[in-house]
Amino acid sequence: MLSQYLFFFLSFVAVFSALLVIIDKNPVHSVLYLIVTFFSIAGHYFLLNAQFLAAVHIIVYAGAIMVLFLYVIMMLNLNKEIEPHKKNIPKVIAVVSACLLMMVFVATLKGAETTMLTSAKNSNVGLVENLGKVLFNEYMLPFELSSVLFLAGMVGAVFLSKKEIH
Amino acid sequence: MIAFIIYKSILVFVVFLVSLGIAAYSTYAERKVAAFMQDRVGPDRAGPFGILQPIADGIKMFMKEEIIPTVSNKFLFVLGPSLAMLTALMTGVVIPWGGDLSFGGQVYPLQITDINIGILYVFGVVSIGVYGIMIGGWASNNKYSMLGALRASSQMISYEIAMGLAIVALVMKTGTLSLGEIVNQQNGDWWNICYQPLGFLIFLICAFAETNRAPFDLPECETELVGGYHTEYSSMKLGFYLFAEYINIFISAAIMSSLYFGGYNIPFQHLIPVGPNILAFLQVGFFFSKIIFFIFFFMWVRWTIPRFRYDQLMNLGWKIMIPLAIFNILATGIMMFALGKV
Amino acid sequence: MQLTDRKKVVVKKEMSFMEKLYLPAILNGMSITIKHLFKRSSTIKYPEQKREIAEVYRGQHVLKRDENGAERCTACGLCAVACPAEAITMRSEERRQGEENLYREEKYAATYEINMLRCIFCGLCEEACPKEAIFLTDRIVPTEFKRNEFIYGKDKLVEPVGQPVDVTCRQTKEVLSFKKDKTKYHNQTFKDQQLLEGSQNH
Repeated sequence: MLSQYLFFFLSFVAVFSALLVIIDKNPVHSVLYLIVTFFSIAGHYFLLNAQFLAAVHIIVYAGAIMVLFLYVIMMLNLNKEIEPHKKNIPKVIAVVSACLLMMVFVATLKGAETTMLTSAKNSNVGLVENLGKVLFNEYMLPFELSSVLFLAGMVGAVFLSKKEIH
Repeated sequence: MIAFIIYKSILVFVVFLVSLGIAAYSTYAERKVAAFMQDRVGPDRAGPFGILQPIADGIKMFMKEEIIPTVSNKFLFVLGPSLAMLTALMTGVVIPWGGDLSFGGQVYPLQITDINIGILYVFGVVSIGVYGIMIGGWASNNKYSMLGALRASSQMISYEIAMGLAIVALVMKTGTLSLGEIVNQQNGDWWNICYQPLGFLIFLICAFAETNRAPFDLPECETELVGGYHTEYSSMKLGFYLFAEYINIFISAAIMSSLYFGGYNIPFQHLIPVGPNILAFLQVGFFFSKIIFFIFFFMWVRWTIPRFRYDQLMNLGWKIMIPLAIFNILATGIMMFALGKV
Repeated sequence: MQLTDRKKVVVKKEMSFMEKLYLPAILNGMSITIKHLFKRSSTIKYPEQKREIAEVYRGQHVLKRDENGAERCTACGLCAVACPAEAITMRSEERRQGEENLYREEKYAATYEINMLRCIFCGLCEEACPKEAIFLTDRIVPTEFKRNEFIYGKDKLVEPVGQPVDVTCRQTKEVLSFKKDKTKYHNQTFKDQQLLEGSQNH
C-alpha cells in the first residue's frame, strides 16, 4: 500500500519535473529539474528492489553526467540577451518528430502486457549478486560488446581532444 | 516494532549530534594543530586552552549579518549550503560504529542501516555532494564563486573515477558491497590495508580531493579566487559550507578506517575478558581513535603541503591516479587468480 | 662581471624516479611539521606575560618633577632640536607670581607634545635635556585606535604628583655618570660654562 502511494508520488514528481525541464526558460533550472527527475526514477528502482541499479543511476546520471551538463551550461553562461533568434521551421520539425516518437511509444505500450506493480517487490533480481551472475553468464556477450563500445568511445574522445602536432 | 523505531531514531540522533560535535571541534583542532605546527599557541582565550572556541565561533556565525546579494538567485543561493550540509550528514547512516549491543535477548546493532550496497550509497551521496558547491557558486552571480564552483565540479568528477576504481579492487577482495560485512571480515584477520596498500593510497589522495582539502583546495583558493565558491556567503550559510567540509572529513576518515583499517575491530579482541556490551563500547572508542587519527592526518597534510596548480591537479587525477587504480585492479585480479581465490 | 662568489646556477635537470614519485619529499615535509608539533611555542601571551626587556630599554617618555613636585622642564627646546624624527613640539610661557611650586624654572612648557608615531625612541632628547626633565622609561607605548591618540600631551607625559616614575632602573651606570658629569657641557651651570669658555679663550 505504502509502495503504491510512493509510486504515484514519485511518478508525479518525475513527470512534473520532466515537464519543467522543457518549460523553464533558464537552462540551469532545467538541468536542476532534470536531476530531480533522475532522483525520482532512482526512487522507482528502489521500489522495484533494484538497489544496485538505483545507486548506479544516481552515481552516473545525477552524480557525473548532470554535473558535466551543469558545468557546460555554467561555462557557456547562457542568458536571454545573447540567445540567438531561432527560426520557426526547426520548431515545427521538432514538434512533428516528437509526435511521431510519441506514436511509436503508444503503439509499443499498447501491445505490452500490464504486469502487477507489486510482483517485483519481493524479487531479488535487482540485487548485486544476482545482477552480476546474470550479466556475466546469460548476457556475457552483450556486456562485453558494450564495454568495447565504451572503450572505442573513450579512444575517440582522447583522439579528438589531442592537439595535432605538425 | 515501536522499540525498533525508537532505537533507530536515537541512533540517528546520536550520529547526527556526534557528526556535528566532531565537526565543531575539528575547527578548533584545525586551528590548534596549525598553531602547534607553526610554533604558535592557537586559540586560548575562550575557556581553558580555548576549549569553548567552537561555541564562540558558532554564536558569531549566527549573529552575523545575513547577506543575500540582490543579483543572486535567492532560492538556489539558500539551497546551495543546505544541500552541502545534507549530503555531508547523509553518509553517516551506513557506517558501522561498533559491534552489536544486546539487551534482554534483543540485538541492537550500532549501525543505522546495513544496506547491501553500502559503498555505492556512500559513493552516490558523495557524487551529489558537489551540487551544493556548484549551485551555491552559480547562484552567487559572482565570477569568483562561479570559477570556484567550476573547479569544484571538475575536480570532484575527476577524482571520483579514481576513487571508484580503488574501491573496485577492494570489493574484488572482499566480495561484498556492504560496509558492515567488510568490517566483519577484518575481525581476527589482517586489515585490508595489508592487501590493498596501493588502493588505500589512491583512496586517501582522492578523499583529499573529494573533501576539497589542501593540497586540493582549489575551489576556495584564496590567492586566486578571493573565497572561491563561498565568496558571497556570510553568516550561518557560510558556516554550513565550512561545517559540511569538516563533516565530510569526519565521514571520509570513518570510511577509510572501516574500509582499510578494520573499522571498529580491536586487534585480538577475543582475548579481552569483558562482556559483549562493554566490548561494543570499547570498539566504538577504538573506532573513534582511528577516526581522530585520520582527521589529524588531514590537518597534518594541510599544514605541510602547498596547494596544487590547476593543471597539476588534473594531470595527477587523470594521468596518474586513474592508470594506477586500473593497475591496482589488474594486480589484485592476478593475485587472486594466483592464490586460487576466484 | 662577477660581483660575489655566492651565485648559484639553476639547472633544469631531469628528475630521478624517486623525485618523480614525490612521496619521499612529501613524507620528509610531514616529518618536519610533526617535529614542530612537539616544539615549544615562542609566543608570549602579552597582557599576562611580558617579554623580558633589556636594562637600557627605551620606552615611553616621562617629564620629571623635582623633589618639591615642580615640573623640571623649562621649554628650552633642546630636545626638539635634538630629535631626529621631529616628534617633539612645545610652546613656552613665563612663570607667573605664585606658580613657583608648579614650575621650577622661570619659563615653562605650556604645551609639550610628543608624537609617538614619529618617535623612534633613540633617546637623544634625554641626552640633550639640560634640566634632567625628560627621560625614556621601560614602559611600552600602548596601542590606540586613532592616530590622534598617539600625540601625547602633558597630561600623559608629566608624572603625577607624588607618584614619581622610576627612571633609574633603566639607567646604566655609564648613563648616570654621564648625567652627573659636570665637565660635560649640558650638565654645567651657566657660571661653569663661562669659566670653561674663558679658560679656553685664554
